Formats: sequence, C-alpha cells, structure tokens
Amino acid sequence: MITAGRIVRLAERDRAEVRFFLDGQMCRTLAGDTVLTAMLASGRTLRTSEFGPEPRAGFCLMGACQDCWVWQEEGLRLRACSTVAAEGMRLRTTPPERWP
Amino acid sequence: MEPRRPRRALHALFDQLVGEGRLTHCAGRSVIAVHEGRLHVLGEGGLQVIGYDRLVLATGASDRVAPVPGWQNAGVYSLGAAQIALKVQGVALGRRMVLIGSGPLLTLVGAQLLKAGADVAAVLDTSPWRQQMRGFWELSARPIVALRGLALRTRLGGRYHAGVTLERIEADGSGVVAVRWRDAGDRERVTACDMIGMGWHLRAETHLADIAGCAFTYDEQWRQWLPKIDEMGRAGNGLYLAGDGTRLFGADAAEIGGRLAAAACLSDLGIAAPATGADLRKLKRLERFARGLAVAFPWLEAMARALPDDAIVCRCENVTAGSIRESVEHGGGEANRVKSLSRVGMGRCQGRYCLLAAVEVITARAGCAPKDVGRFRAQAPVRPAPVGVFLQEG
Repeated sequence: MITAGRIVRLAERDRAEVRFFLDGQMCRTLAGDTVLTAMLASGRTLRTSEFGPEPRAGFCLMGACQDCWVWQEEGLRLRACSTVAAEGMRLRTTPPERWP
Repeated sequence: MEPRRPRRALHALFDQLVGEGRLTHCAGRSVIAVHEGRLHVLGEGGLQVIGYDRLVLATGASDRVAPVPGWQNAGVYSLGAAQIALKVQGVALGRRMVLIGSGPLLTLVGAQLLKAGADVAAVLDTSPWRQQMRGFWELSARPIVALRGLALRTRLGGRYHAGVTLERIEADGSGVVAVRWRDAGDRERVTACDMIGMGWHLRAETHLADIAGCAFTYDEQWRQWLPKIDEMGRAGNGLYLAGDGTRLFGADAAEIGGRLAAAACLSDLGIAAPATGADLRKLKRLERFARGLAVAFPWLEAMARALPDDAIVCRCENVTAGSIRESVEHGGGEANRVKSLSRVGMGRCQGRYCLLAAVEVITARAGCAPKDVGRFRAQAPVRPAPVGVFLQEG
C-alpha cells in the first residue's frame, strides 16, 4: 500500500489507528509504528539539517547514526527510529525556539 | 510488533534464566561510558552506574558505508536500515528502491524486499565478477551458505549488476530522485529512484572496547582497526569481547564467540568451564569463510580516495572531502589531528559512518598507509546523552 509519504506498507496493514500531531497538523498512523514510520507515512522527510540545505529522513534505523532526531512540543528530543508512536504525541520537525 | 527471532533455543534459554532471577536483563539501555570498573548506563530513568569486576562486551557491527556524492540527501539509508524497516515495521523505505554496495547483505536485502513485494529497480554491486571469484576457495568452507547466496542472487535477475562504478546521487528538495552510475562496460547509466540502500559488508562497533582500555591492531583485509584479543576473546584486565564487534565472522561465529568468552571468564575466575575445542575448530572454518567474503566483496577504498572536494564525508555535520584534505595540508596526516581540525568524526554519530572513508581520504593526501594514519580514538559518551542526566547525577 503506497502511503502519502515516503514509505510503502508491505505487511500487517490491519492494525489499529493511532493519531498524532506533526507541526500542529493531525496525522494518522498504525499502532506499533515507530515515530519514523509514522512520520514517513505522511511525509518524505523527518527534519531539517543544521549543517546544510538537505532535509533528512533517517539513515541507520538502529539507533547509531542519530540522523532521525525529532522534537516533541514539550521540548524533549527523541530518536524517531527507536521510539514507538503514541496516541496524541505532539511532534516537531524543527527544534523549539525556547528550550525547556 | 516483535522482530522475528532466529536462534530460538538460545533466546528461550536466556528468557528462562531471566525468569528464574539468575540474570538481570536491562532492556532499552545504552552504555555510554566505561570508567574505572564502572559502566555509565543511560535509560529512561536517567543515568545509572553499575560496577563490575569482569566485563564481556558484545557490541556487534553495523553497515560499513561509503560516501557517494549526494548521500546526505533524504532517502539514502544503510542496507541494514532497509532490512529493519521491512522485518520490524513491514514497510519499504521508498516506492522505487536501488541498492548499492557489495557483500552478502546486498543480495539478501534485495531478495527479501522483492519477495515482500517492494519495487527494487536495481542492485548495483561494486565488486566485479572476477574479484568475487577470488574469494571462491575460502567461501567453499561453507558450501551450503555460499550456494544459498548464489540462489538468492538469481532471484534478483536482470536487476543485479556487478562491477559498477557509482558516480553520484541526485536529489530535489525532498530527497533522492536518481542515481548515476557506470556499468562494467563503462556505459553511463541513470536509474530513477526515491530510495537508496547502501552498504559494503560490516564495520565492527568498537567504541566501548576502546574506552574500556582495549588495544587495537589494523586488519589489512577488512581495512579497519579491530580489538586485540586472544582466541577466546580475552582483551586483558577482566575485559572479554565476543561477536562481530571483534572480527566480522557473522552470526554463527558470534554465538560461538559468546560461549568462548564466557568459558574464558569462568576459567579466569577459577570456575570449571565447558570444553572449547570443538568451538575453536568451528570458529576457524567460519573465519576462512568470512575472509573469503572480505576478498570477494571488498571495501571500495579507491572510491573514497577519489571523492571530489565538495563531496560530503561526514553526514552529521556536512564535513567535505576537501576540508579533510585541507586539514592534512595544514596539520599533517594524523587521524586525531585531522579530526580536531576538520570536525570529521565529531558529530552526533561519533564517526561510525564516516571515519573509515575519512582514513582513505587522509591516506591518499598524505601518501601513507592507513595504519600509519593512526586510529581515531573513541570518546565518552559514545552516544549523545541529554545534558540534564549529568546534572541529575551531580
């Protein structure tokens, strides 16, 4: 199943739905998805880079490269590849202007 | 979703020992530092310190990747990432994928993606057929595994190309759109795709062994620094190593390596250990096969050495090949000096995905051998940690 974003779902497509917010917009994904899967099911990238113009979408998916950092609205940063998307999560693709 | 579990018996035994309270399993934690017999462990609850008198490290390996101009764009992943996305999340990381690199994982991931219904446009192997044949004798140490690999290769059909040269990855504002390459006959080719999976076999994960005080030797065949251990996995001073974090012998050898390190640890403590003769013999055979893989599917040092100046070597902080070369001109061809001057290897991945290529760039400019460039030293914390956890600790 081709999604609106980067990923294509190949298996276990009949899971329950989970809703989260990305830069204030409500998005839907499936229970058990990582934040990375969830974000790439509705978009093509995860975050902007501090060092160049190219946006990033993760690289290793095993918690080693740290390319998939995204932020929660409360200010905490998480690794999208190793965090499960939870109902009601509020995520940002850019760091918050004010750090907690 | 639970990842699929091979080695079911081993996992069942582990779960049983945890259930009986004979083992404490701290899941979801990262050891970020080792200092004077104490591990600094990062978990959801913050930082925890665990003392030890013997330490067995089994840190494994990750994809050995090489910079291809344009690889900093969204949609470029490691081969391991493509496999994890498929097995753990049931997804393909693109609508039209191209796999590049060399080694058993290239073939395996390609075949697994196709079987699951993903669109794999091409599988581009930088190792020419004649190079692959050079590993034939060593690979015959595990004939069934070698034949299985060839059988998987045939499933790729016309998508598979050996002996390719990778030119660059093209992208628009939201990621990869194509890869430019030359085939074995030197014809220019362009393959449209929105995802690239790359990997040249494996890189041993050695950061913790390094800061725990292990000595290292440069291995010419794998072109990387590997921990110095005896055949049982002893690194000295109560430190033991096992698995792909020591030598890239693969999963079967890692299980044997774990048994050997445990036996060494037990006998050093004066406790009777199981016999190890059969394991040591089996390990020799697995080593012959693994060395065959290293010959048949080599790391592409020539590509790294010839990177254009504006090509990015460090994806974390966009450090270019040109900036590394300038640092060599300025401060000489010593690895850690180049690191301080150019910041290569100082980003958030701590050099895991750039330093092997950086060594080749330095070597080419300084005109010396990789082992003479020296070894990039690991620093604690070996993974990023929020500053707050250190404040809590103080």
